Amino acid sequence: MSEPVGPLLEVDGVSVRFGALIAVNRVSLRIRRREIVAIIGPNGAGKTTLLNAVSGFYHPYEGRIAFEGRDRTHLSPPDVAALGIARTFQNVALFKGMSVLDNIMTGRLLKMSGSFLLEALYWGPARRQELEHRAFVERIIDFLEIQAIRKTPAGRLPYGLQKRVELARALAAEPKLLLLDEPMAGMNVEEKEDMCRFILDVNQEFGTTIALIEHDMGVVMDISDRVVVLDYGRKIADGEPAEVRRDQAVLDAYLGVAHA
Amino acid sequence: MVDLLYAVGVAPFKDMAGAPAFLIEVLIGGIFAGLMYSLVALGFVLIFKASGVFNFAQGVMVLFAALTLVGLLERGAPVVVALALTTVVMVALAFAIERLVLRPLVNQAHIILFMATIGLNFFLEGFGEMLWGANVKKLDIGIPDRSFIVRGVQINQLELTAAVTAAVLVTLLAVFFQRTRIGRALRAVADDHEAALSIGVPLKTIWIVVWSVAGVVAIVAGLMWGAKSGVQFSLSLIALKALPVLILGGFESVPGAIVGGLIIGVGEKLGEVYWGPLVGGAIENWFAYVLALTVLLARPQGLFGEKIIERV
Repeated sequence: MSEPVGPLLEVDGVSVRFGALIAVNRVSLRIRRREIVAIIGPNGAGKTTLLNAVSGFYHPYEGRIAFEGRDRTHLSPPDVAALGIARTFQNVALFKGMSVLDNIMTGRLLKMSGSFLLEALYWGPARRQELEHRAFVERIIDFLEIQAIRKTPAGRLPYGLQKRVELARALAAEPKLLLLDEPMAGMNVEEKEDMCRFILDVNQEFGTTIALIEHDMGVVMDISDRVVVLDYGRKIADGEPAEVRRDQAVLDAYLGVAHA
Repeated sequence: MVDLLYAVGVAPFKDMAGAPAFLIEVLIGGIFAGLMYSLVALGFVLIFKASGVFNFAQGVMVLFAALTLVGLLERGAPVVVALALTTVVMVALAFAIERLVLRPLVNQAHIILFMATIGLNFFLEGFGEMLWGANVKKLDIGIPDRSFIVRGVQINQLELTAAVTAAVLVTLLAVFFQRTRIGRALRAVADDHEAALSIGVPLKTIWIVVWSVAGVVAIVAGLMWGAKSGVQFSLSLIALKALPVLILGGFESVPGAIVGGLIIGVGEKLGEVYWGPLVGGAIENWFAYVLALTVLLARPQGLFGEKIIERV
């Protein structure tokens, strides 16, 4: 099967405002298939707001968002999820009372179908379906090396592992586009290295396109194909890591300290 | 003093040991009553789990379901048809509540939604009486209110039917929420709205499902309580008995509602029969509330509830 051409995600002149505050100001960007794009910028630059607009939590008051060439500016989060866009959250939004396994299984919800009467009886096709999904989830669990905590309630895990479980839940949906909001915030060096490795592996093995927000510049420069820089809601740079690193506007706005 | 200790701490147990058949009868009576409490409490738990809202109108939903059922039966509908139609009415009610009450109030504080359910309570009460009239009605579903005796233990047929129905329903619901896709989605919504949306759970659908299921539970509760004590306004007050069950079991726990109901049912029957004479009776009327108060002091989240840590 040949892959369709054209960018996977197109954000076209999108603005998001909260009252008088313009959090995202006419930002345009393209994300191509199989790419890893990092979105960086100082605190309050509008990175998370942009991500929320893409995943349907906020609706832009101007501009257009297209996914696989189709306009989807005004979809709700569940509809966005149904299109194949999965995400993680800055402050980890796991189902704390559920086990790790159940958390990841929820990621398969959209892939499941059929009569819930059969499901309740756990009988016939429903049982087969549950087992198939379970097998897929187990593969993700192996992939992210979280076998040991499968049965642990997610709320009891240390922060770094919670982030990994959240990634697993997003992957369970087999997304075309994966949005990661600060996947490495609050992690130690070792955990960050693991997470980098997982992100690269996901990209290579599943061919998943990834957009991530990250503050750790070392990580950003290492893993991303392209870097988009936001400042005060505007896009001030967009290019390969090496270019962006040399960009004067970026240095002034964001890397000013390192520059001195 | 010694006499008092003997009367409270020893004599009742001697009575129990002295007449085991009678003790079993009391226990069974307690379990039956407990399952009926659980049934009402379940309706609360379902909605609380899915939206964090304490649905003040649950008791009236039981009354409304029973009134509708009786009204249809009085107009000559066969039991099966009446049950099916009542189910349709309760599901329609769930749709209406989602559309007219919940959706306009989405993202409001829980206390606002709670106030809305108080309004819903008054509306349903008035609406039900307007439709079906306010006089006491007899609900006859063809199960005789007779007793039979097994090995010296007297068992009421109606109570037994009610208990078995409640047990089956409770088991089905537990399986439904543990095993199925919708059950998993529901637990997801209860845990974190934002994350649930991001994995593609449509909140509106879940709310309609939950209120519909709560409506069906209300039908069964209304059916059982109505058959036992007639369909009248006081039926909505059994919700008051469900409150201690919820406090005991924990507001978001289905097993909690079951165990809580059983503890209270058995506890109040034992208390009434064996300790009642010491204080002149009526223990049955306050036992549940005193137990709930004690639980609130010692373990506010209930036996099965999740510990709530509030950040300030």
